[in-house]
Amino acid sequence: MQSLGIDVLFKGINFQRLLGGLWVAVRLSLISVSISIVLGTGMGMLMTSKNRLLQFFFRLWLETVRIMPQMVLLFVVYFGTTRVFGWNLEAEAAAIIVFSFWGTAEMGDLVRGALISIPVIQYESARALGMDEKTLYLYVILPQTIRRMLPLSINLITRMIKTTSLVMMIGIVEVLKVAQQIIEANRKSSPNAAFGVFGTVFLLYFLICWPVSRLAARLEKRWAGD
Amino acid sequence: MDPEVMKSYLPLYRDALFLTMRIGWQGVLLALVLGLVCAAVLQLKLPFIRRIVAVYVELFRNTPLLVQLFFLYFALPRIGIRISAEVCGWVGLGLIGGAYMTETFRSGLDSIARIQTESAASLGMTRFQIFRYVVLPQAVASSIPGILANIIFLLKETSVFSTISLMDLMFTAKDLIGMYAKTLECLTLLVIFYLIMLLPVSVAGSIIERRLRYAEFGN
Amino acid sequence: MEKALLTVEHLYKSYGGHTVLDDLSFTVRKGEVIVVIGPSGCGKSTLLRCINALEDIQGGQVLLNGESVRKGAGNIPQMRQKIGMVFQSYDLFPHKTILDNITLAPRKVQKRGKAEAEREAMELLERVGLADRKNDYPRQLSGGQKQRVAIVRALCMHPELLLLDEITAALDPEMVREVLDVVLSLARSGSTMLIVTHEMSFAKAIADRVFFLEQGKIMEESADPKSFFQRPQTARARAFLHTFDYER
Repeated sequence: MQSLGIDVLFKGINFQRLLGGLWVAVRLSLISVSISIVLGTGMGMLMTSKNRLLQFFFRLWLETVRIMPQMVLLFVVYFGTTRVFGWNLEAEAAAIIVFSFWGTAEMGDLVRGALISIPVIQYESARALGMDEKTLYLYVILPQTIRRMLPLSINLITRMIKTTSLVMMIGIVEVLKVAQQIIEANRKSSPNAAFGVFGTVFLLYFLICWPVSRLAARLEKRWAGD
Repeated sequence: MDPEVMKSYLPLYRDALFLTMRIGWQGVLLALVLGLVCAAVLQLKLPFIRRIVAVYVELFRNTPLLVQLFFLYFALPRIGIRISAEVCGWVGLGLIGGAYMTETFRSGLDSIARIQTESAASLGMTRFQIFRYVVLPQAVASSIPGILANIIFLLKETSVFSTISLMDLMFTAKDLIGMYAKTLECLTLLVIFYLIMLLPVSVAGSIIERRLRYAEFGN
Repeated sequence: MEKALLTVEHLYKSYGGHTVLDDLSFTVRKGEVIVVIGPSGCGKSTLLRCINALEDIQGGQVLLNGESVRKGAGNIPQMRQKIGMVFQSYDLFPHKTILDNITLAPRKVQKRGKAEAEREAMELLERVGLADRKNDYPRQLSGGQKQRVAIVRALCMHPELLLLDEITAALDPEMVREVLDVVLSLARSGSTMLIVTHEMSFAKAIADRVFFLEQGKIMEESADPKSFFQRPQTARARAFLHTFDYER
């Protein structure tokens, strides 16, 4: 195993450093997801309104994040805006802005989709039972919306975690960067460390994302019949 | 912004666009083939191979392309498997895309009601004939929106190729910024060239999707 | 007496401990029309599905011309060609035209020539009054029309036995007639059929024999449908028929 660099992982605090790097990526995505959920929910509710201008604006936003690679957005925000506005934007802040910008649009679309997918008859039959608007939303519409939305929003979390691997490109020291540093530092003693270390990073990402996407799949299956 | 500078950069960006498109579409093609084969393996419940396929799909759907590329490009040579950056690029893209396409095709296959298979079976068709003539054509049609979304996702993902020193759009932009510090010009060109690459696909996609909705199969 | 075309012997079927068909035995001769009636959940649809080997069975056997029909057996595609089945929800292939729906199996399964298969398909379509719709897709047809196409699709395979599983249950009332007329003309031309239906007047008119099925058993069998529908012998059948409104 020595030749493949597994030993390097357990030298000193290398493995802890790797986990620390992973946490940087995961933390960034958790912050961005939280922001996206809050802003996206509001966005989605606004989107069900019939305001043409609002719809056009949202459409444009959504298409922008769907077409532009996140990496390009990162570059534009991190290098571009600092250039134009002359401010000093931290790399982490730039990452959170970009991921939230992306996540809010996606989340908004999910919320909008879930809201409009609830048949009118649900509203009508609840009103026919004498429910007031508050009861109607709280007990009839909201639970159904959440069921339709939750699996997809959980998937958004794994997509975010996977995408945060890009932040090394704007100089944030996350797990891949740490991995590179470890490999570099042990180049002489363990020339093949790249295999073990990158292999470990691969597995770490899998171990984080897999359970989350399983959860989403399970929820989707359980609620599919409703 | 200096239009003269941008003009002088154009040939570099054009070459980068061609490289990015070539590798991107090769990857998409590989992804489609892989996805179709894997979905068929899962659907026909071929013993043993289906387990390998399931592991492959889960592994590649739950890890970032960047990490996969690093593994292919930097780690594999350490155990004697050496592939060029370009091959790494499209194979990597094809592998991750294949996993996504498998899922898309599979949910398309699942959407074909059991009763369709039964009515085909009651006409005396074999399992293979049912798959070939009844299930597959319908599944492909109902998978098209998902396939289109995957293609756009994959073409976007090409932006990480620069990390394995492929001279794609991202690489070119980064390189030029590093050399001449014309940040705004370079980033504007970057956005424009990605639009050139992706906007037509996105527009074509929504047209096809709308067509499909009009021609909706209803029984 | 003519030899039996279909023989069902001690057929036993259960889903996870719940018995659906309980030791059923009967035979169907060539040219006979059997109507199976009974309350929902009595197992009548399952019976048809077992005969076409769409369900596995836990005991007994189904024989067509003395040959076993069993799910999972190697000869099933061959056996199913001899047993046509039409479902409640018609289930035409939505991606194929009417003509292609009908000729797909004759061409791919029986390896018949395109021209010959299409000629026969057209003759059959003519008989059910749908020849002009040959190039339409299923979604362009009404429910009754789709069901007539589904019958033609089964007929084009030249089945020796036709299973009809509540084929009018999903149809609007005004379309029931056109489908049942097709079935009546099939009966007159000597087709062997096993029919599950809730249309009692139709059952009375078409049946050579009637089975009243309940709780997976044939509770009453009658070779004289007219008198069965007027005066069923068993209390169970009387109670069941009482819920229907038809000319007795």
